[in-house]
Amino acid sequence: MEKYAVFVPKLIAKRESFAPGHRACVGCGEALAVRQACKALGRDAIIVNATGCMEVIATPIPYTSWRLPWIHTLFENAAATASGVEAGLKAMVRKGKRPAKEIRVVAMAGDGGTSDIGLQALSGALERGHDFLYICFDNEAYMNTGIQRSSATPYGASTTTAPAGKLSIGQVTWKKNMPAIAAAHDIPYVATACPSYPFDLMAKVEKGVSTPGPAYIHILSVCPTGWRCAPDLTVRIGRLAVETGIFPLYEIENGKYKLTIDVPQLRPVRDYLKLQGRFRHLSEEKVLEIQNRVNVDYARLKEKVACSQKLNS
Amino acid sequence: MTKPGGELTWKDLEIGAVMTEPGNASQYQTGDWRTQRPVHEHSRCIKCGLCAIFCPEGCIEPNEEGFFEANLFYCKGCGICARECWTKAITMVEEE
Ligand SMILES: Cc1ncc(C[n+]2csc(CCOP(=O)(O)OP(=O)(O)O)c2C)c(N)n1
Ligand code: SF4
Ligand code: SF4
Ligand SMILES: [Mg+2]
Repeated sequence: MEKYAVFVPKLIAKRESFAPGHRACVGCGEALAVRQACKALGRDAIIVNATGCMEVIATPIPYTSWRLPWIHTLFENAAATASGVEAGLKAMVRKGKRPAKEIRVVAMAGDGGTSDIGLQALSGALERGHDFLYICFDNEAYMNTGIQRSSATPYGASTTTAPAGKLSIGQVTWKKNMPAIAAAHDIPYVATACPSYPFDLMAKVEKGVSTPGPAYIHILSVCPTGWRCAPDLTVRIGRLAVETGIFPLYEIENGKYKLTIDVPQLRPVRDYLKLQGRFRHLSEEKVLEIQNRVNVDYARLKEKVACSQKLNS
Repeated sequence: MTKPGGELTWKDLEIGAVMTEPGNASQYQTGDWRTQRPVHEHSRCIKCGLCAIFCPEGCIEPNEEGFFEANLFYCKGCGICARECWTKAITMVEEE
């Protein structure tokens, strides 16, 4: 379990900003990720939430799970709304309408809302340099509307719009590298995280919100409903994504790469794939193809880390 | 206290459908979704709290003696806690 001591209660905030009674599916990794992220945000935060599972499950009128100020935006413009909130807060200080106390602005969206439909708004907000944190909760498809593929769906996964069949392996494109796209904007902080590593996740969220300027965190969120896996395996599968190198945990601080969870010996990707129904149809050959791709991507990432270390010394 | 969804009419809604009671979802019972229930065996529990941090509902808390227990009003029975507890202090039993 990471590098930390085991005694969780002493290490994390007691406050739950995301109340129980939400309607996420049994064993939802995305709800778990939101809950953990909120623990790192503290009280002085405003959440801007794009449409998607997390909006739908947490705010069915007349109920809300949110104990922080929260606004629902369209599917495509969470980053634009967050930009407006941030600019508005600044203007209020300038006009003497509120004290200069820091209020953290956090945009949240799914992988569809981030890597497809909200990408333009996000790119604009990162480029303009707003002081906010954007968190993408990546469950690798449009889950809220019934498991449609997105550009973040991994190669070979079966979805309702790219189903596996006699002549199809499901998704035929490789997962879009969203953290790299965010990093290409030269923003001060980019990170990947997964709720199977809660302390790593919370440390990154804390860093992201306290960094002046834009920050982007990409959180892999296991979705038992869409991934067709057992709900009790949510945390284990997230851990396997990291241990196999499929979803490495790293951060990019001012352009410098660092692996926050270093995996000296990667496990075979098969260990991760075999627990999920969405990959059940994959042949040995296809699994090997995925393995080769992961090896190359991981080696590339390690090169960037090594190069950053050289720059540091 | 919020009116349950079924009794709500448009007249009860705030302008802009603003929700004015933070965290009132906690009045909503999700425990009745459950098909299995976690049973915590205190003699094995080392009070580490890992089960609590991995609960998607955030419904596991220490009792007065510091032993962790799930609040069955919310617990949906996912079984993550039982899977992750290193001392195997939690077993899932089927609901009748
Ligand atoms: C412009 C627009 N198109 C389509 C929809 C319907 N819609 C609502 S949520 C959703 C899926 C969201 O997927 P993602 O962003 O990945 O979040 P997830 O539900 O997977 O957490 C879709 C397609 C919408 N609300 N607005
Ligand atoms: S569909 Fe997936 S992400 Fe959405 S609430 Fe269910 S388990 Fe969570
Ligand atoms: S994970 Fe197991 S040992 Fe740790 S607090 Fe929970 S029940 Fe006790
Ligand atoms: Mg999604």
